[in-house]
Amino acid sequence: MSGIDWDLVRSSLWPLGRELLQGTLPLTAVTFALGLALAVLVALMRLSGNRLVSAPAQFYVSVIRGTPLLLQLFIIFFGLPSLGLTLDPWPSAIIGLSLNVGAYASEAVRGAILAVPRGQWEAAMTVGMGRVTTLRRVVLPQAARIAVPSLGNTLISLVKDTSLVSVVLFTELFRQAQIIAGQTFEYFTLYGVAAVYYWVVCLVLSFGQTRLEARLSRHVAA
Amino acid sequence: MTAPLLEARGLVKSFGDNRVLRGVDVAVPAGSVTCLIGPSGSGKTTVLRSLNGLETPESGTVRVGDVELDWSARPDARAVARLRGQSGMVFQAHNLFPHLTVLDNVTSGPVFAQGRPRAEAQEEARALLARVGLADKADSFPVQLSGGQQQRVGIARALATRPEVVLFDEPTSALDPELVGEVLQVMQSLAAEGWTMVVVTHEMRFARQVADQVLFLDGGVVVEHGPPSAVLVEPREARTRQFLQRLLDPL
Repeated sequence: MSGIDWDLVRSSLWPLGRELLQGTLPLTAVTFALGLALAVLVALMRLSGNRLVSAPAQFYVSVIRGTPLLLQLFIIFFGLPSLGLTLDPWPSAIIGLSLNVGAYASEAVRGAILAVPRGQWEAAMTVGMGRVTTLRRVVLPQAARIAVPSLGNTLISLVKDTSLVSVVLFTELFRQAQIIAGQTFEYFTLYGVAAVYYWVVCLVLSFGQTRLEARLSRHVAA
Repeated sequence: MTAPLLEARGLVKSFGDNRVLRGVDVAVPAGSVTCLIGPSGSGKTTVLRSLNGLETPESGTVRVGDVELDWSARPDARAVARLRGQSGMVFQAHNLFPHLTVLDNVTSGPVFAQGRPRAEAQEEARALLARVGLADKADSFPVQLSGGQQQRVGIARALATRPEVVLFDEPTSALDPELVGEVLQVMQSLAAEGWTMVVVTHEMRFARQVADQVLFLDGGVVVEHGPPSAVLVEPREARTRQFLQRLLDPL
């Protein structure tokens, strides 16, 4: 009968906003950074000619992409203790989400590295660069530009996927909405406010992605 | 007679079943210009790329200065890198680094690979850019330049590592016809300065005017070699004559 309780909207803005700032956003930033570093490592491993190096990377990507994130979080938080490894919500959430981002982003990074023309490798080698220097100075900077649209999608998915870590008792925006809704029974209002928060964050990130794409492309497009 | 600065012997290379080099010898005296000519598929670019290990021949030796490599001994990456360090290369498609300024392109070898001080490398790079007529383009990005300017930056980048030999792989083939001249002029002046150059080219006028020797390749072998006045003007071999005739009169 009630519809939207505007007083509750106002009074829940800060409790939910606080969890966005203290939970959702820091978790997103940390896991994206870790996931990206992992993605570059895994992408390079998959590009290695050595099967002993590329096979484990391929296995990791296959397992993470082939199982639900929710299930992965359950295994880390509820499953590992039976193997004698008990983790708190924060490390559980960070590990689960970083592993997930790492797998998806590694495919984008791998594709981007492969998209850098072979002539760039050759030119770098003829001025004396080795493989590592070529990657660092020539290939990865160009691969970054190519990977931005795809990594932007990964980041936006990640923002929303952080809501799943409420199941490992990590308090963030969605969990806080659940808690307040459970006390007030105003489900539509609370989840509505939470949805608007997520949407605004993703809008800002989309805008940032567009700006970044333009910035990185300024020396490339003719 | 002193030993040539660059010497390749018995280069053999296959791509799958296709044997593209069937025992090629090249000798380049210091300070001279050697032009490799021949029809497409003759192996001339593969010869050039074997001189710095961008291609890996199955057998044969390459020596540049005091660095020698025996390809049949399966040299490791470090040995190939040492040979490669003796030469610079100018590519058909310039292969400039699009994310770096012109100046950073030229200093990329000295700074990133040779570890020379940035300030010193930049000073030298500016001199090289002036040398190829692009002193005012140091802060531009490659995409802002014409094809001829891009290729001249490519030349400056190749010179910046102070190589013994500069290898040119069809440096004007991808250019609009009106831009070919500015690149050839720079190359001609480098030759006059005494740079040792090996040039794969279809520019017969350049070969005739600038080369000290011309090697005509066909079917993975050197069919004929000698001074341009001989090979290009009075070729001994029928295949050379046919090739030159086709260039002269494509229709």
